[in-house]
Amino acid sequence: MKPFAFTRASNSQTAIQAVVRDQAAKFLAGGTNLVDLMKEDVEQPNHLVDINRLALTRIEERNGGLRLGALARNSDTANHRLVRERFPLVSQAILSGASAQLRNAATNGGNLMQRTRCYYFYDVAMPCNKRQPGSGCGALEGFNRMHAILGASTECIAVHPSDMCVALTALDAVVQVEGPQGARSIPFAEFHRLPGDTPQLDTNLKHGELITAIDLPAAASAFAGNSYYLKIRDRASYAFALVSVAAALDIQNGTIRQARLALGGVAHKPWRAPEAEAVLNGALLNQETFRRAATAALEKAQGYKYNSFKVELGRRGIVRALTVAAGEGRTA
Amino acid sequence: MEDLRRRDFLKQTALVGSGLVLGQYLLTDGSGVSKPALALVSQTTAEKIAVRLRVNGANYGLRLDPRVSLLNLLREQLDLPGTKKGCDHGQCGACTVLVDGRRINSCLALAVTCDGAEITTIEGLAKGDQLHPLQAAFIEHEGFQCGYCTSGQICSAVAMLQEVEQGTASHVTPDVRRDGPIELTDEEIRERMSGNICRCGAYPGIVSAIREVSAAGRSSSI
Repeated sequence: MKPFAFTRASNSQTAIQAVVRDQAAKFLAGGTNLVDLMKEDVEQPNHLVDINRLALTRIEERNGGLRLGALARNSDTANHRLVRERFPLVSQAILSGASAQLRNAATNGGNLMQRTRCYYFYDVAMPCNKRQPGSGCGALEGFNRMHAILGASTECIAVHPSDMCVALTALDAVVQVEGPQGARSIPFAEFHRLPGDTPQLDTNLKHGELITAIDLPAAASAFAGNSYYLKIRDRASYAFALVSVAAALDIQNGTIRQARLALGGVAHKPWRAPEAEAVLNGALLNQETFRRAATAALEKAQGYKYNSFKVELGRRGIVRALTVAAGEGRTA
Repeated sequence: MEDLRRRDFLKQTALVGSGLVLGQYLLTDGSGVSKPALALVSQTTAEKIAVRLRVNGANYGLRLDPRVSLLNLLREQLDLPGTKKGCDHGQCGACTVLVDGRRINSCLALAVTCDGAEITTIEGLAKGDQLHPLQAAFIEHEGFQCGYCTSGQICSAVAMLQEVEQGTASHVTPDVRRDGPIELTDEEIRERMSGNICRCGAYPGIVSAIREVSAAGRSSSI
């Protein structure tokens, strides 16, 4: 690991100022991803600003919704009584990711800032446009079984690894940030980026901007009774998703009043599927509707040599997740 | 000499073997025995950071290179090698310790971020010669073969049973919306322990050891 300076910040402003001063400075929260990447020399910050002491750990009601502190740990967020009651999709998504040890250390803000687990990104001996712009993409013609089928570019076919973020995008969460120019709110769908020709940029955060909270809007609690996070992976636990599906339905008299659908493991960002939602909104609650939604969600999907299976897996996963969310065939 | 542990032996032989390389970094603690300090990697770092920790009831005031993981601190500097280094990347759980009562992977925690923390390692679980119930149960149920993952498994299980007591849900809990006691089925145990990998495959023994301690805890609390 390269040497770096270390500062413990006591408030947001000093933390932001410390990072702004140095282009190669980074905030350190739970460290479960950043420290790992530093051990691999993928990340080489000059300066780590430890934000773990900042008062950003609360989870509280706000405007009828919930404000999740950026430094609340994933485990505390998943098991907060109000999150479990009103936004069970978020609890389910968090609990399907990583291990209990990692969720105890990892923070909500850090979850959004996770970098891809693409093997070519991790291996500094391989080309990777995300790690080293202009060096090429090892995955495009390489072993790309875990990679993107939606929204990719010829520069990068990596996927975002988070489960929590898939639920957050489905529920229209809002990311609160503070920076050198003050505070701003970022709708979740605009927080992460598609790779395009700048795959080195995962998010639209500017250098020195600090995530302070994630807001779950009151309206999203309408889905509490009929939501489900389905994660399909190579083993039963403690693995990244091949495909995951966040499905949320608001049902009245056998009709879908409104629906939310998002996918994980398929794109450079947590993937919202508005085409599928358009099929679901106002439609009859049945398998035919679910199948049409699944087809719509993956209409533009494109597989690569080793991951074409994800297209059909995604369709079936969507039908399955919607079926369980509707209250049929729930099996833990 | 009879107290010489395998680890000390390996450490000293390694030092002899690589003396030329290490020589310039060797420090002495006045005992006449040279030993490698953390400083092996810190000579290029500008500033060490003050850290106060409590580990298994003992207080430490340290100055650390910020790159040092909690795992390396415990093993290399505090002489607590019970915590094991497996993957060193948060994927195996061998390094699991309790920080302020919560289980984490000590390999991914920079020690300087643990200032003020209370840490419990496998060495801190027994009361004198009296094993922690989970330690005894792992022996009874043969919850290990080679033993390398065992201290992580046991620390993890200690915290896991507390999490269950607190009613925390897991990925396999039937309905996260419902508050209340968790039924600790084998499926729940396996899911909640999935962050601890055992290459020997001693999982059946691990699950039955945990099941027994959990059941005993319940009956004794009635």
